[in-house]
Amino acid sequence: MSLKGKAAAIGIGELKPVKEPGDLTALGLMAKVSAEAIADAGLEKNDIDGFLVGMPYADPGMLYPASAIEVLGLAPRMLNVVDIGGASPAGMIWRAAAAIDAGMCNAVLCLVADLNRAGDQRPPTVSVQREFESPYGNIGANCGYALIARRHMHEYVTTPEQMAKVAVDQRANALKNPLATFNEKPLTIADVLGSRMIVDPLHLYEIVSPVSGAAAVIVASPEIARRTKNPPIWLLGAGEAANHSSITYAPSITESPIKPAAESAFRMAGLKPSDMDLVCPYDCYTITVIVTLEDAGFCKKGHGGPFVAEHDLTYAGDFPCNTHGGQLSFGQPGLAGGMSHVTEAIRQLMGRGGERQVKDAALGYVNGNGGIMSEQVSLVLERRS
Amino acid sequence: MSEYIKPLPKPSPTSRPFWEAARKHELTLQRCGGCGKFIYYPRDRCPHCFSDNLSWNRVTGRGTLYSYTVVHRASSRAFADAPYVLAIVELDEGPRMTTNIVAPPESLKVGMPVVAFFDDVAPGHTLVKFKPA
Ligand SMILES: [Zn+2]
Repeated sequence: MSLKGKAAAIGIGELKPVKEPGDLTALGLMAKVSAEAIADAGLEKNDIDGFLVGMPYADPGMLYPASAIEVLGLAPRMLNVVDIGGASPAGMIWRAAAAIDAGMCNAVLCLVADLNRAGDQRPPTVSVQREFESPYGNIGANCGYALIARRHMHEYVTTPEQMAKVAVDQRANALKNPLATFNEKPLTIADVLGSRMIVDPLHLYEIVSPVSGAAAVIVASPEIARRTKNPPIWLLGAGEAANHSSITYAPSITESPIKPAAESAFRMAGLKPSDMDLVCPYDCYTITVIVTLEDAGFCKKGHGGPFVAEHDLTYAGDFPCNTHGGQLSFGQPGLAGGMSHVTEAIRQLMGRGGERQVKDAALGYVNGNGGIMSEQVSLVLERRS
Repeated sequence: MSEYIKPLPKPSPTSRPFWEAARKHELTLQRCGGCGKFIYYPRDRCPHCFSDNLSWNRVTGRGTLYSYTVVHRASSRAFADAPYVLAIVELDEGPRMTTNIVAPPESLKVGMPVVAFFDDVAPGHTLVKFKPA
């Protein structure tokens, strides 16, 4: 069994994130971005017969998918919420392909939207985290990634300058992305290391900014994909893995479940990391990109720091990485931040990268990461010539 | 003294012995009769071998600093008194714990020996924290 070539992404929608959402609602953003994605795919609303959605923290609830499809006026034959944190959007893509391959539906709307307001507090976590993490101040994601970064520095001599380089190169990409939140001012390594220390060793510019926004992708059967107006972007490989929630209890805090997820994705695709023309790794923090490139096999374990320092991660460089700016520059509109890696890979492979188009991009790698390097989904995508 | 506003552990039937021992300033861990491993945090079945043959044991409270961060700005208003040191300690018995290290941040080093102490943070509530050994 394999999902290789069983479905393709045929349309995308993505809203420019906003810093203050004002009167926007999550369901309102969902309607807007769904219309955009369905139109982009060249489909009608009634063609959508599968529905995968992320639960917005701004407006959560039980039985969420049915409420959302009622608001949107959809009547899917498959519907579900995908709740694997930042890996949810990438996780939706292979789940959509699997449902299509199983004959359950033909065109799946993968949809995420969320709002963040200044001063918002993180939502409550499950009981064991409230009991054994929160009392010590391990609340939100910042601490976990700082713990990973510190240990990575200890084990592999990774430097603050190497971590900062990720934010610097991705900002250069964002300058060419009109949708990015931070797309006006270039960054230098000195800027990053001079920004406020939040959770030592991570500085302000190494940490995503919460914003509000939405994104959607339409995944369709080969029959629909072949007659769509966009070049179909085929799913060639997918893998998913998790082994912890709190990073304290991970078997290793510097080696993540990205390893088995990426191995599965590349094995299914029959390809290797060096075949990729661009990569879109989840980047909630600078250290996340370094660990992802190591565990996905783009460099040796522990060499992620030197790797990002020695390669040009911009769209024009020798290792195009998060050509939309990554979430560090795009902003993190909840789960739509995770979708930004998926939409960017699709956009680039469709040849719609505009000023930041990667030349001759035919193969892309996407990784979605949930929680504290917990849930992992790797995808290999292809535009066939 | 101002009121304690940080989140407090709400013991479950599974974890109650751990927090009751902490209140008596004792660190206890479950140990699995099936595979012999020590377990943190408390479980109903061993996460390694799924045995339900678990017993409580008093342990040394000694371990090493596995990783740490100095939190200068916390994600929660309850920790507005930052900076504080959030850490992972690897106990000599094996399991890792999320905890706080109470020591000047500049004195900390990954791998250094640490030892548990008991912080009676609020009436009826004791947290297990660590300091350099
Ligand atoms: Zn056991």
